[in-house]
Order: sequence, then structure tokens, then C-alpha cells
Amino acid sequence: MLKAGKHLVLGNVACAEGAIRAGCRFFAGYPITPANEISHHMSIELPKVGGFYLQMEDEIASISAVLGASWAGAKAMTATSGPGFSLMQEGISYAHMTETPCVVVDVQRSGPSTGQATMPSQMDVYQAKYGAHGDYEVVALVPWSVQEMFDLTIRAFNLAEKFRTPVLLMADGVIGHIMEKLVIPEQVEIVDRRRCSSREAMPFGTDDPSRVPEMPLFGEGYRLIVTGSTHRESGFRDESPKYHAMLVKRIREKILKAESEISDSVGYYLEDPKIVVISYGATARPSFGAVKKARKGGLEAGLFRLRTLWPFPDREIRRLAEAAEKLIVVEMNSGKILREVERASRGCSEVLSLPKIGGVLHSVDEIYKAIMEAYQ
Amino acid sequence: MSDLTLKEAALKPDLLASGHRLCAGCGETIIARMILKAARGPTIATSATGCLEVSTSIYPYTAWMVPWIHSAFENAAATASGIEAAWRAMRRKQKGPLSRYETLDIIAFAGDGGTYDIGLQALSGALERGHDFTYVLLDNEAYMNTGIQRSGGTPFAAETTTSPSGKAVPGKKEWKKPIDEIVIAHEIPYAASINPAYPMDVLRKSRKALEADGPAFLHALVPCSRGWRFPPEKTIEVSRLAVQTCIFPLYECRFLEGRPHYELSSPSLAIAKKPESKKPVEEYLRIQGRFNHLFRPEMRVDLISSIQEWVDNRWEMLKEKSGV
Repeated sequence: MLKAGKHLVLGNVACAEGAIRAGCRFFAGYPITPANEISHHMSIELPKVGGFYLQMEDEIASISAVLGASWAGAKAMTATSGPGFSLMQEGISYAHMTETPCVVVDVQRSGPSTGQATMPSQMDVYQAKYGAHGDYEVVALVPWSVQEMFDLTIRAFNLAEKFRTPVLLMADGVIGHIMEKLVIPEQVEIVDRRRCSSREAMPFGTDDPSRVPEMPLFGEGYRLIVTGSTHRESGFRDESPKYHAMLVKRIREKILKAESEISDSVGYYLEDPKIVVISYGATARPSFGAVKKARKGGLEAGLFRLRTLWPFPDREIRRLAEAAEKLIVVEMNSGKILREVERASRGCSEVLSLPKIGGVLHSVDEIYKAIMEAYQ
Repeated sequence: MSDLTLKEAALKPDLLASGHRLCAGCGETIIARMILKAARGPTIATSATGCLEVSTSIYPYTAWMVPWIHSAFENAAATASGIEAAWRAMRRKQKGPLSRYETLDIIAFAGDGGTYDIGLQALSGALERGHDFTYVLLDNEAYMNTGIQRSGGTPFAAETTTSPSGKAVPGKKEWKKPIDEIVIAHEIPYAASINPAYPMDVLRKSRKALEADGPAFLHALVPCSRGWRFPPEKTIEVSRLAVQTCIFPLYECRFLEGRPHYELSSPSLAIAKKPESKKPVEEYLRIQGRFNHLFRPEMRVDLISSIQEWVDNRWEMLKEKSGV
């Protein structure tokens, strides 16, 4: 584990360091580019802090081992990229249904299929939201720097523990593989899951306004039944319409009610915007450069950077759409978050798309040119 | 079986062309090329994700002189199953592009990750359904393509990026998965181990595998100079030592009259007959950087002798099964 202070590290290493600081003591994974360095670092560092590193036979096994470890009491995570993320979807759906806290990191590469295995993309953003089967609400964070790989991994664990839900960290091949300054603080804020306060506590039901039940663990003396089938508050299976509706409603509500707490974004130069660039992850970096360049040229341009993809910041986007003339969505895919922005802006302003496919980032000039064109 | 002499093989055009991007000294190319030399005629290759797949198909070239399909990581055997079933259906109906081929050599290539780990389910399914194809396990004993991570095929104590050697961990803590026994337990017509240091043995066994009526399995040990950390010119030396130390014996197993028949191949049979020619496993470990920590800073006699014990035990078991 790195000491508190300044370091020059790889994004993936910052992620692993953040996880260990957040209390992660169990990692199960499977080799895949460009997420490997997270595994490498965990395999070296976890045994030193009394944690456990497991390399599994595939990604299905990886997510399943993480779920098992979480119910055994460990803060657990896995890391992968597109093809592995696809294989994990059944397990992620199970985590939603059983309200199992865990963190899944997707260092996105360019698909479909093997695609450009060594090159970055932001193509899995819809898979994060809709990839698993069934009805659920997703929490997905998206870092734009090595520092945020560290910070948001810690936040991912805290949110997972607080809301008893899987949290996705949607990094990309650029952020995973760049080396940058990382400042590690002496102390980080850590949230732990709410443990059962009494023998009568219900592991899958609660009267608490947060809608998040307390979590018993294996070996604590509870007759614990954990099942992906529809269950009552006690965990007993009951697939009746009433209990299914109640359960799905509650696991969605616990996230929906906390939307304003979870949702996170950052604005730059948004005082008097005519053109607002909306971006996230690696593409927010050249977007920032382009907006600065536009400002120097006297154009009223601003940048709105998403730090959570889901829940989506509908209200903020609506507000921007009302204030600005045009919104430009910059992303490394064929135009996905674009549709969310269109939906959230409800026709209040024109929404333009600057997609990019091919495994390379936009250049500052490309985005600057789009701003100029939108301006005229 | 129709014999294939070295001369005939040499005169046959290569089905895996030169100019691919595999590393200098890579054992995979040597083996894959020789196996393809044994093809009888119409051939289709499937490849799981891995070094062979990546390096033989980099734009704007392909090294494959036969139809080739790269599937995902886990499903080379499943893709081969589909090809074989479609070919059979076309033969039966006498319709479709494959219907005119009386024999079709369908060869699935996968690495140790794609076989021991993620691909085991697809392999087991294909063997159980009995498709007529040859599965080639290119065992370089780690995930070399993604940066040398340990696999179920990585030997005990070997250092990889996810089984680091240090104070807390002494390299890989688990033993190599006995994949041959798992495959042979499926009661398939033919299984064999092969090694690039013995080319005639490779040709002979490959032809037998392709001619087998049903699934056949070839387990190839393919030393990797990058991952095992030895100079690329020593590939054949390392391969040969694997046989001479009996850590990777050469044998074949046919399933006849309801039971498996093991037979040691001549390089290993010679050692069985003359036990004093069996070399200590230390000789094999010492020339590979991935076992450096067994010799430096201090000699880990405990680990080396437990590896020797494991090798001896498995060698004795194999000899018993082969009736030697």
C-alpha cells in the first residue's frame, strides 16, 4: 500500500489503492486488457493487509465469488472490461435482487466483441444501465483522472455499503492506463454496512425511510436465506405478485429516493453559458481544453462533467438546457449519453452530438471546432 | 492410420504461413504449424482469444491458409461443435457448401486459459456430445497474451503477475490442474501429449487425432520465452527437458472396448525402461526465470523437493496406467 502523500501512478493502480483504503479485503478477477493492473496490484498488496486475492476461472466465477465474500462479511470487488462485463451481468442482476454490496470496475475498451482490445472507449455506458435482466436502479460512477480513480473507488465502496447495492465504476482505457499525480490523504471517510441490530431484524425488509435493510452475515447466528428468487422480508421465497411488486419497488426506491445524494457532477465556466459541452470520463479532458480555448477567444462556452452516469442528473441537465442555447455531448461511442441528454433537456435547447468511434480520444481542436460551429 | 513421413510433411505447403507476429522462439507456432501439416485435406480452424489468435491475424495480414474463425475466449470448442454439426447436416441432406467434403478436419486451438479455466465448460460439452473434431491445448502455462497472469495450467511455485513471489506468497500456491485426466474421463477416442522438441511424434499423433472418429485432444506444452523467462533460442532445450525430467511425459490414450488404454511414447518409454536416465526436475526449473526465487536469494530445497515428489508421483501413476 502506498503511503499518504504525492505519487506518480497508473490509473488502475490508483483504483486498487483506493479500494484497499476503502476497506476492500477481497478481490476476485480474471485477466483482461486494459484492467489487468488492478488485479496485479491487488495480488501483491491484498495479502500484505490480511486480505485475499483470488484469480477465478472466468468472469462469471469472479462476480459470484465477490457476492459470496460480501455475504461472508468482506468488502469485495472485481475489475474487468467489456467482454468480461457482459459475462458478469447475471451476477450483477443477482446482486441487485439480493441487495449485496460490491464494487464492479469496468475499464472500458472498444467493442463490440474483442474489438480493439487495447484501446479505450465509453461504449458500455448503456450496458451499465440496462445490461442485467430485470427491474433495478443502477449506481455508476465515472472518473476522469488518476486522482478520481482513487477517490471514486472509495466512494463506490461507501455507496455500495450504504445502499446495499452493487456499484459500478465505469472507467475507460485512457484513465486506467495514464500515469498522473495521485494525492493520498492521511484519512479517508469510510462507510460500513448497517449490521443487524436485533435478532428480529429482517434481512430483506425495513421500516427505515432509507428503504435499506440491515444486513446480517453468514456465521452470525441468523438462519439466513439468500436467494435470487423473489422473497419476503425474511428471505423466504414467495413468488406471489404482491411480494414481487413490493420487493422490486423497494430496491428501486432506495436508490431513487437518494438520487440527489448519489448524483454527482462538476461544472466549469457555467456562469453565462451559450454553449455547454457535456462529457464524462476521458473525453471530458479534451472537452475541458476546448472550452478553455473557447473562453480565451471570448466565446461563452462551458463544460458540464458527469461524475455519476446513473442516477442521471436530469434536473441539472434541464436547468442547463433552459439557460444555454446549445448542448454538445462529447463521448467515445456512437452517441449514447446523447439520448439521455435529449430526454432530460425536453426540447429546451438544441442538443448536438460529437461521437467518436475508433478507439482514440477527441482532440481539443475537434471539440473546439464543434463549439465554434455551434456558436455560429 | 495413414503414415506421414517427415519428407512428405516437409514437401507439403504450410497452412500456417510465416510472417505472423508471435515472439521469437515461441513454441505455439512450431506446434500449430506441425499439427496443420498433418491435415488430411479440407480443414477449418477455430481459435479462442489468445497469443496465437492475436498474432496470426494482425492487419493487413493473416497467417492462416485455411478458413479460420476467432470466437471469444471461452468457446473455441463450442464454435467447432457448431461447424461439425452443420457439416454433418449438410452431408446428410447433400446440400450446402460443406456437403461435398467426405472428411473435414476441424481443429480448435485454445491456450491454457481458454482450456483449463474459462473454456472448460465448452470443451466438456463438446466432448460429451461427441463431435468429430480435434481440440489443441496450447499450454504455455499462463495468460501470456494479457500480461502473464496465472492460470489453472500454471505449475506450482511459478511466478506470474498475479502469483507474485515474495515474502507473503511463494509464486503460485496451487498445483497444475490434471487436465488430461479430466478430458480422458470423457471417454473420447483419442488424447495425447505433444511437445515441439519431438516433431515426428507431433506429426504422428496429430494425424491420429484427426483420423479419430469423434473428439480428439492434443495437449501441447509450448514454452514461452517471455513468460517463462529464458532466452528465445532455448525453446527446444526447455521443451526437451520437460520430457527428460518427466514433468511433462509424452503419451497417448485411446478408448477401446469400454476402457482407456494408455501408451507411453518413445521418448518417455525410454526413460521408463532406463530409470537412471530420468533427470532431476531442478534442471528444468533452473533454466527458467519464473522459478528464480527457488534458487535465489537462498535455495528453497523444500519447494524444489515437493515439486520433485509431485513429478515422481504422477510419473509412477502414468507408468502404472501404461502397464510399464
